[in-house]
Amino acid sequence: METTKKHFFIDISVMLGRSMRHIIRSMDTIITVTITPIAMMLLFVYVFGGAIQTGADNYVNYLLPGILLMAIASGISYTAFRLFTDVQRGIFERFQTMPISRSALLWGHVLTSLVSNAISVVVIILVALLMGFRSSSGVLPWLAVAGILALFTLALTWVAAIAGLSAKTVDGASAFSYPLIFLPFISSAFVPTESMPTVVRVFAENQPVTSIVESIRALLSGQQAGNDIWIALAWCVGIMIVAYIFAMRIYKKRV
Amino acid sequence: MQTVQTAQAKSILVKGLQKSYKQLQVLKDVNFEVEKGSIFALLGSNGAGKTTVVKILTTLLKPDGGTAAINGFDVSSQPDHVRQRISLTGQFAAVDEVLTGRENLIMIAKLRYLQNPRQVADNMLTRFGLTDAADRRVSTYSGGMRRRLDIALSIIGNPQIIFLDEPTTGLDPEARIEVWKIVKELANGGTTVFLTTQYLEEAEQLADRIAILHEGRIIANGTLQELKLRFPAAKVEYVEKQPTLEEIFLAIIGKQEGK
Repeated sequence: METTKKHFFIDISVMLGRSMRHIIRSMDTIITVTITPIAMMLLFVYVFGGAIQTGADNYVNYLLPGILLMAIASGISYTAFRLFTDVQRGIFERFQTMPISRSALLWGHVLTSLVSNAISVVVIILVALLMGFRSSSGVLPWLAVAGILALFTLALTWVAAIAGLSAKTVDGASAFSYPLIFLPFISSAFVPTESMPTVVRVFAENQPVTSIVESIRALLSGQQAGNDIWIALAWCVGIMIVAYIFAMRIYKKRV
Repeated sequence: MQTVQTAQAKSILVKGLQKSYKQLQVLKDVNFEVEKGSIFALLGSNGAGKTTVVKILTTLLKPDGGTAAINGFDVSSQPDHVRQRISLTGQFAAVDEVLTGRENLIMIAKLRYLQNPRQVADNMLTRFGLTDAADRRVSTYSGGMRRRLDIALSIIGNPQIIFLDEPTTGLDPEARIEVWKIVKELANGGTTVFLTTQYLEEAEQLADRIAILHEGRIIANGTLQELKLRFPAAKVEYVEKQPTLEEIFLAIIGKQEGK
């Protein structure tokens, strides 16, 4: 038992190294996770953007937070996919019969999800900078943004873990993320909610994406995020805890 | 006291093992023991529950009833001790297809906390004839190479007991004989080998003891000689001995390679 605990960090770093190799070696993962949101950003800024009235003078600034959330939502579907593949193939059983930490495999995937999503977020922000994104915010607000995005990633990663561990088919493992990817469309990510019909607007204003988008937008433009940031944190932490409990329950049943 | 001592003298000791999947009772009352350093073959048709036995013994499944001990450690209550001593080569090659053969070996060596993972990997690659393919992704490997790598991964860190669940299913005859050679070498080196198979010939070739699992129970258990004695004496018949297709195939391949 003691040695198992002592080796926990070795186990996790081996697992992390493994999944990172998986990511680097499957180009389609990188393309889907970063290129698609970048294409969406180009489309919205240079095609639809001219017709969208947001009240902001720089539409890239307005759009970026939502694009980042979309990228994360599609990134975590690969976490579900990788977990599913491990469970289906014998490699999961091999790890489970070795004297290594029980949860190392799962944590390895979670850390990989954080690292890989961080990479795609940085790439997208760099592209946004080329497209005219500007922020006058200092280090602290940027750190706060990084923190919110990391929490959002963690929350969705644990949702992905549920899908990856319990899915019966490959399609099932990644299909759950489609609604998540589309959630930003019915929020204030692309257009202000004021223009929406009442029913849609009520949904848009009260779903997690809007508060997260509004907080990030405020932090990046040097304004007070106000209540939004607490609502955003509550959503992220709440989803994370519930999803973590369910994922762990399913995981323990399998080992 | 005496029971504890006998338990520790055996590599594997299984008593009254039961397991059901919902309504289906797969294992009703399974009993057997495996001596240290021997090769034990569990025979049974598809769905007889061979894999279920393996999964219980390797701590992947909890039994509903009965006990199973590995080197005297109970699989349900002392899984960590059990895992220190065993290794599983499952029915489907448990290799990481995206990684290279070498990376697979280094990964497992690190997870076994060995001193020099690279050196361990190099040794295994040489031992299993995979040096040329070492830096290719496993997805490009043939079935036989994959199985060799799989077994190599399993014996990193010298586990005392190795479980092989249908190790030659889906392999061509040549690869099958290679696996047999590896298994014999392992047992000669003092490792206890527990293997399941549907191929009677495989059990005949390898096993010191053979048990037959049928309808949730072990219906026969003994050495090949003992099993043969339990059945009516062989009738003497005069038949012209034709080489089997397998023998012909191997003879031709052998000639090719001899050149």
